[in-house]
Amino acid sequence: MSTVLEAARPAIATPRAAPLIAVRELSKVYPTAKGERVQALSHIALDIAEGEFVSLVGPSGCGKTTVLRILAGLIGDYAGSVAVRGRAHCGPSREVGVVFQDANLMPWRTALANVLLPAEVLRLKGQEARAKELLAMVGLAGFERKLPGELSGGMRQRVAIARALLHDPALLLLDEPFGALDAMTRDTMNVELARIAAASRKTVFLITHSIAEAVFLSDRVLVMSPRPGRIVEEIAIDLPKPRGLDIIADRRFADTVVRIRRLLDGEGTAQLPSIAH
Amino acid sequence: MPGETTLPAEAAPRLPALPAWLRARPEYLLSPLALLAVLLLWQGVVRSGLVSVYVLPAPSDILAALAEGLQSGLFLRHGLVTLSEAATGFAAAVGAGLLIGALIAEVRFLERAVYPYLVAIQTMPKIALAPLLVVWFGFGPMSKIAVATIIAFFPMLVTTIAGLRDTNQGRLDVLRALGASPWRCFIAAKLPGALPHIFSGLAIAVIFCMTGAIVGEFVGATAGLGYLIVQANARMNIPQVFAILLVLGVIGVLAYAGIQGLRRRVLFWDKS
Ligand SMILES: Nc1ncnc2c1ncn2[C@@H]1O[C@H](COP(=O)(O)OP(=O)(O)OP(=O)(O)O)[C@@H](O)[C@H]1O
Ligand SMILES: [Mg+2]
Repeated sequence: MSTVLEAARPAIATPRAAPLIAVRELSKVYPTAKGERVQALSHIALDIAEGEFVSLVGPSGCGKTTVLRILAGLIGDYAGSVAVRGRAHCGPSREVGVVFQDANLMPWRTALANVLLPAEVLRLKGQEARAKELLAMVGLAGFERKLPGELSGGMRQRVAIARALLHDPALLLLDEPFGALDAMTRDTMNVELARIAAASRKTVFLITHSIAEAVFLSDRVLVMSPRPGRIVEEIAIDLPKPRGLDIIADRRFADTVVRIRRLLDGEGTAQLPSIAH
Repeated sequence: MPGETTLPAEAAPRLPALPAWLRARPEYLLSPLALLAVLLLWQGVVRSGLVSVYVLPAPSDILAALAEGLQSGLFLRHGLVTLSEAATGFAAAVGAGLLIGALIAEVRFLERAVYPYLVAIQTMPKIALAPLLVVWFGFGPMSKIAVATIIAFFPMLVTTIAGLRDTNQGRLDVLRALGASPWRCFIAAKLPGALPHIFSGLAIAVIFCMTGAIVGEFVGATAGLGYLIVQANARMNIPQVFAILLVLGVIGVLAYAGIQGLRRRVLFWDKS
């Protein structure tokens, strides 16, 4: 195996800084209409250090969004513990910015007014200039006064990213933010996201279906099993940062992508039990 | 263009070229023509004596009655009475429908306690309450306002509840993740999202409240277009009855157009 993968384990044992997020023994059961119980998550543990970029990959329906919603404070009834900066996490926090799988813009608000929504909710004054800067940063300068109905799916998603950044949260939670984008815009957005995360020293937790995207952006990639979701592997990406798109040609990059691909395809299933503990 | 000149003579249009607006919307010419045709036919049938003028007055008689009613100020005086009753009923119905609809949609236990009864009442013809309301509120405008309010209230209530239930959960998640209060969620996401439904309710309510006021006047009144219809009917002044129906029709169309105009302004973002 390549050297990128060797450092996989120690990441949790010796976090580089005090963890911003510490999750232990997290389980989640959804009650369904028929009275059945859907076990979405099972005994998840994860740490996210301050300033770290962590991605979560896993098959569809394995519980990724559930993890994100719990971190966002949108789901309250779970088992286990979630701590932010050592304090028990309950409910939403202004330290967190969320980008959901759908853009979820208010269709009656212009792009600019949508970006300004957090300022209204959190009663922050004078954020107009910052909102315009953020729109420019996501490549939407000049689209401030457009309504969501006049924007493409990818543009809407970029407005949602600008909105999540407005109140300058320490932690950015992204749920497949680029799923709706074409490959080229997606690459651009990935480079941009890496730049934003590094420049603003944000902690980022990214859910994605794209392994290449996860490897390109992350310090660490967590791999989840099918439902009930468990974290079956944790891979530190020691490729030097900042990374350019040319890193795709790097041997270690390709090796890591293939390794994660195998884990997800179930080729690694036989070794899963040993990895899980 | 050059190709056109080479066309054989027979292919040239026989009619003079139609203006562009007419080619785009031929109904602007065709519907008035259809109306004119019907009126001429109607006039001919009545004048030929096939139908008694007491059953169906001739269009010319109706027009005469209309002109007379408008010139004498009779229609205006009674029209204002009916309009003010209907408008008051409309305002009350919209206010109550929005408020109670919001409470039922937002407060779970209220929904459980009250909703079954509302569904039961909803299936009842509320217009049947008119005689009772006249007994309760008298022959003045109050009883007409009550009838208008009650029948316009239910479409407002039902559409408000439906609109608020139809709330987009994703938009709510965005607000909740920011720690927004329930009130903020209501104002910033639920209510605007419910507006398309609510405007459907307004369009129905604005017609229903006119109906309510007229029926209230039928039952017992001393003024109003409904009262005038009953009076004219009793005197067998059928052309005047038709003339008043025409006035009511115009009022209804204007009220409906007013709501649709408001809808376009408020729901500028809603493409449906
Ligand atoms: N509100 C809910 N009620 C009941 N079951 C739910 C609910 N939300 C999610 N689930 C179930 O929990 C499991 C995990 O869902 P989740 O949305 O977290 O998956 P995911 O990994 O984000 O999937 P995808 O990659 O397709 O977005 C799924 O099997 C889903 O059916
Ligand atoms: Mg998901």
